[in-house]
Amino acid sequence: MSISQTLNKTALNEITKKYKGKLVDFHGWELPIQFEGIIKEHNAVRNSVGIFDVSHMGQIFFKGPDAFKLIQKTNTNDFRLGTIGKGVYSHITNEKAGIVDDIIGFCLALNRYIVIVNATTIEKDYEWLKKKALKMNVEVFNRSSEFSMIALQGPKAPEIMEKFAPEANNLLRFGIIEKKILDKDCFISRTGYTGEDGFEITAPNEIISEIWEQFMDLGQSYDIIPCGLGARDTLRLEAGYLLYGQDADDDHTTIEAGCGWAVCFEKGEFTARDILLNQKQDGLKRRLKGIMLEERGVPRPGSKVFKDGKEIGTLTSATYSPTLKKGIGLGYLNIPNIKTGEEIEIELHAKKIKAKICKVPFYKGSASKV
Amino acid sequence: MPKQDEIKYTKTHEWIFVEGENATLGISEHAQGEMGDVVFVELPKIDQKLEKEKTCAVVESVKSAFDIYAAASGNVTAINDKLEDDPALINTSSLEEGWMYKIKLTNPDDLKNLMDFAAYQEFVKQSA
Repeated sequence: MSISQTLNKTALNEITKKYKGKLVDFHGWELPIQFEGIIKEHNAVRNSVGIFDVSHMGQIFFKGPDAFKLIQKTNTNDFRLGTIGKGVYSHITNEKAGIVDDIIGFCLALNRYIVIVNATTIEKDYEWLKKKALKMNVEVFNRSSEFSMIALQGPKAPEIMEKFAPEANNLLRFGIIEKKILDKDCFISRTGYTGEDGFEITAPNEIISEIWEQFMDLGQSYDIIPCGLGARDTLRLEAGYLLYGQDADDDHTTIEAGCGWAVCFEKGEFTARDILLNQKQDGLKRRLKGIMLEERGVPRPGSKVFKDGKEIGTLTSATYSPTLKKGIGLGYLNIPNIKTGEEIEIELHAKKIKAKICKVPFYKGSASKV
Repeated sequence: MPKQDEIKYTKTHEWIFVEGENATLGISEHAQGEMGDVVFVELPKIDQKLEKEKTCAVVESVKSAFDIYAAASGNVTAINDKLEDDPALINTSSLEEGWMYKIKLTNPDDLKNLMDFAAYQEFVKQSA
């Protein structure tokens, strides 16, 4: 399998090759699907610690007196004025209440925010936010190509951080600090996409390889291993996190996606607030639900879901859960009030396999204890 | 246990080890490496009639599902039950404990176009 020369490469591309990552084309980025094996990497993060290159993610900055106003007006969640050093998971909504992107926004100062956006939506988000900022006193900068990002994930991540930047261990979940690393301005946040405790380090491209190798050295006694996109996907799905482009997109709303907890109606006006409020009050036609197989088999994105012989939806994300050793998935079902435990069927290889509606997250890791 | 030079390979990465009119089948070491962690295997049924080059089993890894094709026509005489509880045997022992099923050959001519190990290695290299 050869990979086209035209793919975007992260600043950690050489490091990935050094550690024998198996490279694939991920939405135009050359990134590792796995190193030693998805299950081994998955278990390392659940039980100890793993390190990921997530440099394809984007960084958009807001700067100016209306930075707070811009983030509040474009987002479903409440960023609460003055909460410097805090991050919030939120959705940027379009006029129809579709999800432009799911993001984490951090307040760095009263007039300065950093928004971490998905790789596939960097340009779309940037154009959208710039347009929204037109009549406000705030500048929007897309600095995605300057920054790289490492995710250090797992219950042992704080023990490694203790030797790297001990002040980061004072952070609560979703907290962020700005810090000089190797003389450059960097960010460390207590966030991640695995369900485990851990950190994401955002640093200029030129020093990211050095930071990676420091973590590999410091993590030796915890058997730290590099992890790829495969483990990232099984970990995030067990933790019930959405994957933009699969579980969320411009045509589905935050309420439909089961993220009502990330919508704050009380904070005042934001894009498509009325539509979301109506959906909350009047009910939905479809809703993202979790499913778990009761028989052997591996559900996949695109697998059809049946109830009493009738098709009720399609899975948007699905995989074998290495932790639960069962097939799990998410999908939009047209019985939005279907209850946890209700019997359904998933079609796999032209056969109907028994499954049930399952609570999300499927698994709660150490992140829930931070 | 079969030796590497007694095994024949298909272009779809299955192996077959023939003893008289009986044969044992599985997937190649190269194939298991490409699939990654195997988590579920759907085997043919005993007495099922298999037709050469038709789908007869499915191997699912964390990454994806892979159709497995019959390397030769025949009737299924045994399946490897161990794979139900331990599908990763396909990763750890693709040629031995990870065998998938046995057949009684119905058309010995089916074996003619299969590759020996050296030819298969060359084929894998060419298709890389």
